[in-house]
Amino acid sequence: MKFKLNASNVLVAVVCAALVLLPVYSAVTGNIFILTLFTRIVIFALAASSLNLMMGYGGMMSFGHAAYLGIGGYAVGILAAEGIGSGFIQWPVALAVSALFALVIGSLSLRTRGVYFIMITLAFAQMAYYVASALSRYGGDDGLTIYKRSTFDGLINLSDRTQFYYLCLACLFGGVYLIWRIVNSRFGLVVQGVRSNEQRMQAIGFPAYRYRLTCFVIAGTICGLAGALLANNTDFVSPAVMYWTRSGELMVMVILGGMGWLFGPLIGAIVFLVLEELLSQFTEYWALIMGPLLVLIVLFARGGIMGLLGRVRRG
Amino acid sequence: MADPLLRVDNLVRRFGGILATDNLSLEVPRGELHAIIGPNGAGKTTLISQLTGQLMPNSGTIHFAGRDVTRLPSYRRSRLGLARSFQITSLLKDFTAIDNVALAAQAHDGHSFRFWGNARKERHLRDTARAALERVGLGSRADVLVSELSHGEQRELELAVALATKPQLLLLDEPMAGLGVIESARMVALLKELRKEFTIVLVEHDMEAVFALADRITVLVYGRVIACDTPDAIRRHEEVKRAYLGEQHAVTRQGDPIG
Repeated sequence: MKFKLNASNVLVAVVCAALVLLPVYSAVTGNIFILTLFTRIVIFALAASSLNLMMGYGGMMSFGHAAYLGIGGYAVGILAAEGIGSGFIQWPVALAVSALFALVIGSLSLRTRGVYFIMITLAFAQMAYYVASALSRYGGDDGLTIYKRSTFDGLINLSDRTQFYYLCLACLFGGVYLIWRIVNSRFGLVVQGVRSNEQRMQAIGFPAYRYRLTCFVIAGTICGLAGALLANNTDFVSPAVMYWTRSGELMVMVILGGMGWLFGPLIGAIVFLVLEELLSQFTEYWALIMGPLLVLIVLFARGGIMGLLGRVRRG
Repeated sequence: MADPLLRVDNLVRRFGGILATDNLSLEVPRGELHAIIGPNGAGKTTLISQLTGQLMPNSGTIHFAGRDVTRLPSYRRSRLGLARSFQITSLLKDFTAIDNVALAAQAHDGHSFRFWGNARKERHLRDTARAALERVGLGSRADVLVSELSHGEQRELELAVALATKPQLLLLDEPMAGLGVIESARMVALLKELRKEFTIVLVEHDMEAVFALADRITVLVYGRVIACDTPDAIRRHEEVKRAYLGEQHAVTRQGDPIG
């Protein structure tokens, strides 16, 4: 794959460089706020990237993706509350539970199509939300405070702002790299083929369902990782992270940045969360501005910001 | 005589009260080009869809290469060597021509739960795909997006995709649909080449093409076989003439091969 010098690739390169250098800027200027904000952005970019794998490449419009944020978060929070603080246990559990949840949800919801698929994924996510609300031992509605971040035997200190930021960034870049490999692999081509024309793929010999389900599980697992990061970032996990509006926000990030573009969700997450931050300083009705913006993007730039900048798809 | 490659026995498919396939039996021996004709609504595409497994029959059996495939899903039948082209072009529109064909080759080259290597760099898949494209005359259009190919080229690509699955039997659902005179002639020439190598079941409205190509012709009316014979015999068949009377002009564009 050759690197093409077009606007979207330049933007991605600049953004990635800026993300790497951000802690330096933060240290020099003493601006801690920006580091906190971007830690959050990077985590949501990872979650949105996993949704993009499913939505953009797999054509599966899941409206329940935030469930995995909560599941990954609760895995960390519950284990911490029970006295198991090691990230070497917490994080694999977070990934495994997310994968298992995705397997169950996927195997049921992928039997439906279109609006029904959207509704059924939404319904399952809401079920997860209410189950979490009912966990009175772990805070119920009020959520669960995590008193100690995951420990990694002194390898890395998650309580150190800079180290934690770089861990999140490494997870994001690792996740995007993984998705890039998947998208161009045999598996990825099959999944994209099924998005394009399922009947055709069946006719040439692919059992489409299995491939879609596998994609669903991979995406859920990656999002579970984002959930583990998010819980550590906020030292807190509550049912609210699984609420359907959160799933909607993840979708907005993907669509805003450019569905089916590798770095689209990252750009989308930055634009969405920075705008949210800026606009909410002026008015609490920031969604009044965000809404029309999204309508404009959807109407006039189908490929989102990335599509607007780079005409060559997957260049 | 050896077992036929494809054997259909007493196939029945209902849609509500309508019998789309009415106790239909059919045999296609290896090496034959078997055409299926019939007026609109005769149940030709319904039959093809049952043969490929997109649609399940209410009763009856389908044997392919000596095996009962009646209840197999379409991807399993494809693996056994049953390939179809679609009446309404059904390709991966946002993929290039060669990607469409390479995916078909990939489907028949082990499983595709491979997540890491770049599939577009797998030489043998690309070579198979390129060969199939050359075969149908699309060699120079390999890297063009399907949505940018002409209608005629898309019809040819449909064939290339079917060929790349290394089929034993090609089920072609109106490969000539919507083609101009010159494109049709090219398609007929191509089918003449392919029939030397493959067993073909051809559903087609272009009667000139059918009578030029077919070894045997089955005539369907309202889901029933009213005749199955050589082209010459079909031409003289009284019931066939009756069935086509009145519809004739809609069905045959040039010439008038029946009656």
